Amino acid sequence: MYEFSYHRPASVAEAAELIANAADGKLVAGGQTLLPTMKHRLASPSDVIDLGGIAELSGIVVNGNIVTIGAMTTHAEVAASSEVREAIPALAALADNIGDPAVRNRGTLGGSIANNDPAADYPAAVIALGGTVRTNRREIAGEDFFTGMFETALEEDEIIVAVDFPRPEAASYMKFENPASRYAIVGVFVARTAAKPRAAVTGATACAHRAFRIEESLQAGFGSSALDGFEAPVDKMNSDIHASAEYRAHLVKIMAQRAVAACA
Amino acid sequence: MQENGIGASVRRKEDQRFLLGKGRYTDDINVEGQTYACFVRSPHAHAEIEGIDASAATAAPGVVAVLTGDDLAADGIGPLICGVTVTSDDGQPHRAPAHPALAQGKVNYVGDHVAIVIAESLTQARDAAELVEVNYRPLPAVASTADAANDGQQQIHEEAPNNICFNWPFGDKAANDEAFAGAHKVSSIDLVNNRMVTNPMEPRAALGEYNSGTEEITLHLTTQNPHVHRLVLAAFNQLAPEHKLRVVGPDVGGGFGAKIFIYAEELVVGWACRKVNRPVKWTADRTEAFLSDAHGRDHVTRAEMALDENGKFLAMRVITTANLGAYLSTFATMVPSYLYAFLFAGQYTTPLIYSEVKAVFTNTSPVDASRGAGRPEATYLLERLVDVCAADMGLDPAEIRRRNFIPKDAFPYQTPVVQCYDSGDYEAALDQAMELADYAGFDARAEEARGRGKLRGIGFSSYVEACGIAPSAAVGQLGGGVGLWESAQVRFNPTGNVQVFTGTHSHGQGHETTFAQLVCDQLGVPFENIEVIHGDTAKTQFGMGTYGSRSLAVGGVAIAKACDKLIAKGKKIAAHAMEAAEGDIEFAGGNYTVAGTDKAMNIAEVAFNAYVPHSYPEGVEPGFDENAFFDPMNFSFPAGTHICEVEVDPATGEVEIVDYTAVDDFGKLVNPMIVEGQVHGGIVHGIGQALLEGCHYDKDGQLVTASYMDYAMPRADNAPEFKIDYAPTDPPHNPLGVKGCGEAGAIGAPPAIINAIANAIGAKHVEMPATPETVWRACQSAN
Repeated sequence: MYEFSYHRPASVAEAAELIANAADGKLVAGGQTLLPTMKHRLASPSDVIDLGGIAELSGIVVNGNIVTIGAMTTHAEVAASSEVREAIPALAALADNIGDPAVRNRGTLGGSIANNDPAADYPAAVIALGGTVRTNRREIAGEDFFTGMFETALEEDEIIVAVDFPRPEAASYMKFENPASRYAIVGVFVARTAAKPRAAVTGATACAHRAFRIEESLQAGFGSSALDGFEAPVDKMNSDIHASAEYRAHLVKIMAQRAVAACA
Repeated sequence: MQENGIGASVRRKEDQRFLLGKGRYTDDINVEGQTYACFVRSPHAHAEIEGIDASAATAAPGVVAVLTGDDLAADGIGPLICGVTVTSDDGQPHRAPAHPALAQGKVNYVGDHVAIVIAESLTQARDAAELVEVNYRPLPAVASTADAANDGQQQIHEEAPNNICFNWPFGDKAANDEAFAGAHKVSSIDLVNNRMVTNPMEPRAALGEYNSGTEEITLHLTTQNPHVHRLVLAAFNQLAPEHKLRVVGPDVGGGFGAKIFIYAEELVVGWACRKVNRPVKWTADRTEAFLSDAHGRDHVTRAEMALDENGKFLAMRVITTANLGAYLSTFATMVPSYLYAFLFAGQYTTPLIYSEVKAVFTNTSPVDASRGAGRPEATYLLERLVDVCAADMGLDPAEIRRRNFIPKDAFPYQTPVVQCYDSGDYEAALDQAMELADYAGFDARAEEARGRGKLRGIGFSSYVEACGIAPSAAVGQLGGGVGLWESAQVRFNPTGNVQVFTGTHSHGQGHETTFAQLVCDQLGVPFENIEVIHGDTAKTQFGMGTYGSRSLAVGGVAIAKACDKLIAKGKKIAAHAMEAAEGDIEFAGGNYTVAGTDKAMNIAEVAFNAYVPHSYPEGVEPGFDENAFFDPMNFSFPAGTHICEVEVDPATGEVEIVDYTAVDDFGKLVNPMIVEGQVHGGIVHGIGQALLEGCHYDKDGQLVTASYMDYAMPRADNAPEFKIDYAPTDPPHNPLGVKGCGEAGAIGAPPAIINAIANAIGAKHVEMPATPETVWRACQSAN
């Protein structure tokens, strides 16, 4: 790790000012990606601004059909939340299966989606549930938030405050885990909502994305057999030592079918 | 039997300090004036070094020194050696290219050592290491085991044409060919034994201290064999004379073979601490461990079996290419030769066995012993081949094994491949395992699984291994540079407690408990009054260390022999004290008694008399402290049958091990709880190889799996509850009746698992690691 200046602001406004004034600042939430990267000397920010001291960024509130989860809420808190388990059990289950207990006790929703690892779990939920990302400047629709590998719609120095998740009729997330990292080789999140079915895929391609073709298939009837004719496009899939593009495309279909079946 | 003696599942006394965080590992040790080292490593798999400019690094804050291969050569240090000679088919010894501890003009793998930067802090050392400018001229890399010796391939070492270290044919080829020509059927298999990174939990570390007053170097190392380190560093690397070099292996967090070897960093740290006249510490980070620890396995093999019409094995042929990496590690040549081909008989009466091993250099980390070392590779190909034979002959896999087993009344049994097995009852272990695994109920379980959309399969592995390494004369005949006896010293203190000094080294095996049980049992001294001391060349007599499941089978016997000497000496002292004839003295349960009387004297009192010899037998030396050395007559041959049951999800290729049975013959068990732990750990090691661990270099020689994000180690949820039992036989040549248990699981498990998967999906073969995609693809082609 290289030397850096450490800051621990008490408010979002203070954090915004610190990041704006830093030569090469980085916000740190749970630090589950940033700190290992720094330890490996692959990142060398001049300033690290720790969001852990900002009370307003943490917490879970249910208001009518909207579940609002603060950006600094840990995976363990989401997994254990009786409100989330009641309103969107698939989201609590997703959080409960990220990494290991150490990761879940440190890692946060905001950190996960801001980093936008192509194999992260939360982006699939944010997209498929039709979530809204609230920042210190604006609201961004979940499906517009994730723009590319490790890239998001966040502007320079913009800070995620919370994510609003509308309560679905039913939802499920199926993850096929990388045996080493236990990140998603493929993860499919499906939601049955009053309006229409929604689906998102993570791990399979460069960036988590809404799965329109799965949604179209499910429009006819929300059942796993509706996906019998569905084929994910092999040419869009990631290919690496853990899974070829062909295998990933196959897994998208299988995970989608299983997620739909689990919604029943 | 003493309460805490042989056969008791005594809780491990070392766990008190480990669980309280009071262990003392190399990196825990800090000394006055200590500096920190960072190695500059090659980012290229293969390159010439056109120049090294260390001026900016040398001038960086806190830097004490930057040293390169030129400095090392100028001081006459090194190179690293390989201690076992294998004779190639041209009659010449294996090709042994120079292995400098710091590069001499060329680097041969990613992670190869180029320079050492020593600074006041670790951060300063790392900062300065980034400032060392190395001008590389990259060369094409050789990364593929199978292709390394191909015509036109890039040459790595001048001394090794076609990148071949040795070609080693073994056996009677003509007789073998004839048997194949006349066979009823020939079964064959092509397979890869996947390369593994051994991954002990504690990364390697070294702390070197030089005392200019005594001119002595003290090296604290992560070592499985401190005396072997001292011997090689002194005799071959010219680090210091043996009596001026102290090597300490303090608490060591796992070895599994990877800490046997004499590594570049260890030699360089030992040399550098004298060069800069300051203590120097180096601890590998996990990336360095992946890049520069010796790796294991990495074979490409074709194996064939000739059978008669009854499924009897007539002859076997094995053709293997074994990857030794960029340079020869300390015992590299022995692993794919003597520890491999001498196990091809397995549990069977196969009369003719012929093999050819081509050992090749590649631009990858050196490859050497890793838990099992050669024996897992041999067992895997044999037990996979046996299943292919069973399928080809239409026989049940248990039945074909039974038809070919060496019968229990045939021991000692001379195999056609050097080894003479001393004892065994293979059919008993098979029967017991089948019973425990409920083989008879398998079809019903498979049917039930089909209803859930799962393919259930069952697989056998009937293994034998040679451990208790090893008889010195045999090692010498085979070209080994050392003797593999073991030593012990058992010392009573005047107050009656006992210190046991062993030449073996415990780095997770629980010797401090097991060896104390031996002494408790034999001398009748309370368990808590016995301390086992190991791992410091300044404290213990010369010993060969721990590997090859040898510590109890060889080192334990040395302890028992030292105890025998104490008992015998004590008889003289007790006879004198109790005014009886020596011949009338009996010893049992810690007490000397005079036969036919009620006179008794505890061994602790005898020890006191020996140290305070006011009234003492004439001609007997004072003191109660004995040494012993034990050189075994033969290897020991643990064996057993493992049965694995898996369920495969055909939609994804995921494999779940749903049941695992191991029935092993380890001879007598000293501490059944510790043995069970070793079996569990060994099987999990095997699960890692079979399902998860694939060390992968890309075509340019970059290690793609250099972290736990990409290299999958087994975890608790990869293993089922194990069913463990034993089918012991008595090894006649081992005075304790023990065989060794540390490697058995890692040897037995991989073929049992792969056989189960092949059985489940109806495929001839599935390569390891059987990842979901590999299995999914095998399902596609099997259908």
